[in-house]
This record gives sequence, structure tokens and C-alpha cells, in this order.
Amino acid sequence: MKLQSDLLHRLEEKPILLMTHLVLGYPSFATNREVIRQMADNGVDCIELQIPFSEPMADGPVILKANQDALAAGVRVRDCLEFAAEMVAAHPRVNFLFMTYYNIVFRHGEEAFLEHAARIGIRGTIIPDLPPEEGADLHRRSSELGLAPIMFFTPTSTDSRMREVADQGQGFIYVVARRGVTGAPTEMDAGLAEYLGRCRRATDLPLAVGFGISRREDVAMLTGRADMAVIGTATIRLVDEQGPSAVGPFIAGLLKS
Amino acid sequence: MKKGYFGRWGGTYIPEVLHQTFVELRQAYEDARRDPAFWKEYVELMGNYSCRPTPLTLAENLSRHFGGGRIFIKREDLNHTGAHKANNVMGQGLLVRRMGKKRVIAETGAGQHGVATATMAARFGFECTIYMGEEDVARQRPNVFWMEKLGATVVPVRDGARTLKDAINEAFRDWVTSMDETHYVFGTVCGPHPFPEMVAWFQSIIGQEARQQILEQHGRLPERVFACVGGGSNAMGIFQGFLEDADVQLVGVEAGGKGLDTGEHASRMVGDTAAPGVAQGYRSMFLQDEDGQMLDTHSIAAGLDYVGISPILADLGDSGRVRFEAATDREVLDALTLTMRTEGIIPALESAHAFVQAFKEAPQMDDDQALIINMSGRGDKDIFTIAHAFDDPSWKEFIIRRGEEYSKR
Repeated sequence: MKLQSDLLHRLEEKPILLMTHLVLGYPSFATNREVIRQMADNGVDCIELQIPFSEPMADGPVILKANQDALAAGVRVRDCLEFAAEMVAAHPRVNFLFMTYYNIVFRHGEEAFLEHAARIGIRGTIIPDLPPEEGADLHRRSSELGLAPIMFFTPTSTDSRMREVADQGQGFIYVVARRGVTGAPTEMDAGLAEYLGRCRRATDLPLAVGFGISRREDVAMLTGRADMAVIGTATIRLVDEQGPSAVGPFIAGLLKS
Repeated sequence: MKKGYFGRWGGTYIPEVLHQTFVELRQAYEDARRDPAFWKEYVELMGNYSCRPTPLTLAENLSRHFGGGRIFIKREDLNHTGAHKANNVMGQGLLVRRMGKKRVIAETGAGQHGVATATMAARFGFECTIYMGEEDVARQRPNVFWMEKLGATVVPVRDGARTLKDAINEAFRDWVTSMDETHYVFGTVCGPHPFPEMVAWFQSIIGQEARQQILEQHGRLPERVFACVGGGSNAMGIFQGFLEDADVQLVGVEAGGKGLDTGEHASRMVGDTAAPGVAQGYRSMFLQDEDGQMLDTHSIAAGLDYVGISPILADLGDSGRVRFEAATDREVLDALTLTMRTEGIIPALESAHAFVQAFKEAPQMDDDQALIINMSGRGDKDIFTIAHAFDDPSWKEFIIRRGEEYSKR
């Protein structure tokens, strides 16, 4: 409940929250450190720390490349775990979550991975290739350790499927705004508004909307319809093109009305 | 046991956006499986379009050469498009038509499954996109040529190791966008449920025929059955004809590459490089490092150059029902040469792995015992690859001269 209650508390002060994302070790941990500092200083509420995997099947070209480059540079899971511990300690006001694919957790050992994550103060896990049917045990164990297992709603989810998925979820629901992989733009239209209404009716958990959210207009459109906007690919692209110092102004700009 | 699991292997590890697509696919598959008219239509189609039943050829010269068991060869090379892959794609084609979808996508390694899918799409009138690792596009140009001529779009995949596993990831990325009108024609007995079970069902036609044919020609069951194993679809196809016959040894032959101790191979069940893992939608044995990152694989045969193995075969390996062996690139070329010279039959490099192990074991058998080699595909269509593997001087000279001729224009 830690994560959910923290988010609800924040929503009393702000109309919409922000979650950002980065791939650990890409382009380097030093850059990650600076990017996270800028995110934290500009009031980001949650940060997804993606532990790179060689087969990131749900990610689009930008995040895919970041995964590959990090691995090619020799990034290991234990480096990611150590770095995460450092970040959690340095930025107590940010909720950090681990995002990765299931094989990383499986190979490390579910229990060891989850215990480590909980011990260093990680608030939740996002594992896109672990649906409720396969993840029931892991999700139960996460909850016991105070880690929120984050579940997904998608535009193809039926109402009954949303309720089923939400049953195993805690913290918030990651609402995938459209079909496809990460990185392509999302049209903010009536269809999306209707879909978000359906999501809202299916759960009491906060809704975090991601996939294709990259501009102030996108965040403004979500305000009132969702609880948190998820910025993924956009910051990676920004750091690639303009370096880490561009992140702070970008984040600040997203929330200006 | 949980649906879609084979012992501790299998499952459906998919992004949530595909959940509903898999619900519908499982339904269509289960309906088809319950409907005897579907299988009848399938067998008729394969008879009329793909030369089934394929022969079971007694290789008398090879049998005499080794002086042991009688060697029979199941001729999947005589399928339309030259390999057993046709069985799976035509079956899935019938299913796609039932589901009312208009577009198919597929991954391909050697290009064989890509050519088969492009052929099926042409026959059924589907739009078709094939994902193929850039490295495979480079080494399998003739198959790319045919896919394009058959009307398919071939997309070279530049991510990761640029081989089969990366093509699979990219096909999934297409599918999570396009699932409403698109079916993903998975090429082997891997991937999320129901693919392993469904592809195994379509390929079971090999084993059904082979069992009947060996009883007719040899009067009793074989002692041993050999098949190469990449993902495992041709092996599952023929093994299913003999799974219940405990006395028939089933032998899967993996790609030993340059040797298991070199690290350059694709052996999941032989050696100790592979470990349990979850990737590409299923749980099985994967070639991976301590962190769970998939390793680069190597084989002379692109169709065996893959990190994972069918969850069904991993389970049959656990129970000991299937024994696994590995053949090296060098052994494969020797077996290929011998088979061409003595029988006038040209196995694909993939299939030649099964020949290697059969040749090692044939001399230990009595001359009233039989073994079957599943010849999953033919090699003559892979002339560029095989000529390259043999480092054939006159072929190279021909290519150089043809290259010069083209560059002058």
C-alpha cells in the first residue's frame, strides 16, 4: 500500500503526477546519475529504472537500442542493483521502481531479486512479459515484501480482463495508451478518452498512462482523466540529442499550463 | 498441469496487449482441433499442393556402407518449397482463413519458413511481411529473392545478433500493433502457448506417415529415429509417430557448431551452456549468461542457429524419452558429402546433423533393425550456402565472374 497511498497523498497537491524512465547504464551510470538528479529536482514523482535485457520484445527502437548499448558496454545486473540502491538513498522523495523483463528476475532468483529490491527501498516492479497467469506467485510475494506489482491495462483489454488484472495489481495501473511498442506518438482523441473512462471504472488504483506521451499538450490532455503521465522514450531521445542538462527544463516544461 | 505447460516448460509470457489475441487464437485452434473436417481438409491440401505423403526411402547404399541397421530416410525435402516447414504454414493458413484475418507475418532464420509463409500467403491471398535478421538476409539471399518474388515484404532486422531470435522479437513488435487483422505464423514448436502445441499438431503428419510406412516396408517399428533440432518442429513432427512406442529410441541432434568447448554452437540440451529461462514468450532451456542475457549462437546451418528449444522437447529430454546429441559443422559436411555420393540425395545442412548421428550409430545395429532419419529439407536450393561451406573453388570463380559481369553494366 506504500506506493498507492504516497501517490494519493501527492494527488492532493497536484493535478497530475509524472513518472519518467531510463535504461540503467545507458549511455553510462554517470549520465543516469545526472539525469535522475534533474528529474528529482524538477518534482518527478516516480522513476522507472529499466534493467537492460537482450530481448526487450515490448520496447520500440529507441529503448531497444539503449538496452543493447548498455549490455554491449558491459552493464551487469549487480551494477544495476547497486546503482539503484545509491539513487534511492540520494533521492528519498522519489518513488523508484524496477522495470525489466522476467528472465532477469527469474535468472537472479525471484526471492533474492524481490528481497533485494525491497531492502534497498524500491517501491514496485514493472515486468511487461509477466501476465497475471504466469506471475501470480511473484506478485503475491512482492506484495508481502511491500513492493507494488504494477499491472497493465491496454486498449485490447476487455472490461472483465481489466478487473482480473487489477486484482493482482498494487500501487497503480500502467495504462498502455495504444497498441504497439514504446516510442511512437499517441493520438489524443475521443477514443482514448473513452478508453480511459473504461479503465477508471475498472479499478480504484491510480492510472498511469504511458506510450507516446512526450509533450506538454499530452500531459495537459491527461490531466483530469488519469493520475500520472509516463514519459519514457522522450527523455532517452532528449539525452541522446542534447545531453543530461536538457532533462530538467524539459520536465519542468511538461507541467506548465 | 497448467494449460500450455509441458512438465516445467512452456507457458504464455506475453505482453498484456496480446492477451485478447491469444484468447482468440487458442479458441480458433481448439475449435479446429475438435473438428475432424479441418484435419481432413489439411491432409487433402497437403496431398494436392505439397506432395504428401512424402516417401520413406530405403537408403540401401548407405546401409551397406555402414554394415549395420537398415537406414530409411523420411523425405520431407520433397514437400513444396523444399522442407517440412510447409506442413506448419499451410495448417496455419487454413486457420487464418477461419479467423478471417487478411495479413500474415513471420520470422525466418534460414529463410525456409519465410519462403513457405510467403508461398502460403500467395496461395491464400494474404498480405505478407517477413522479418529476417540482417545477417541471415546476407547469407540467404536466394530465399530473400523468392520471398520477394512471391509477393512478400522482407524486413531486415538490424537489432541484437541480427539472427532468428531478433527476427522473432521484431515480428512480435509488429504483432502488438497489428493484431486485429494480422496473424503471426510462428515457425516452430516454441513461443507462447498455443504455438508449441499447435505447430507440433500440424507437423505430426510426418510421424503418422512414417509410422505407417516403416510398418509396411520393414514389417515392424524402427529401433531409432533421428532428427535435427533447432526450435524442434521437424523432430516433434516425426517423434510424435513413435512417442508411445517405448522401445523406439528418439534422438534429437543439435548444432555442435565449431565444437561444444569453443562456445560457438547452438546446443541447449547437450553440454552445460544452457540454463532454464524465459524469453520470446516461453519457458525453456536457453543459451544465456549468468545474468539471463541471451548469448550469440553459431551453426553452419542457419535453421539451427537459435538460443531456445521447444518446451515440449525440453520436457521429453527431462523424462529421458528423447536423447540429445550434437553434431559439429565439420561432421555435417562429411555426412552431406557421403549422402550425396552414395545415394544421390542432397540433405539441407540442418538435416545433415541428423545424418551425422545416425551414421555414428548405424554400425552398432543389426542388419534386421531399422533406423529412420528425418530429412527435414533439401540442400540443393541452398547452393550458395553449401558451396560456400565446401569452399568450392570453381563455384567461387563462377561467382566472381558473374559479379564482374554485373558490375560492368
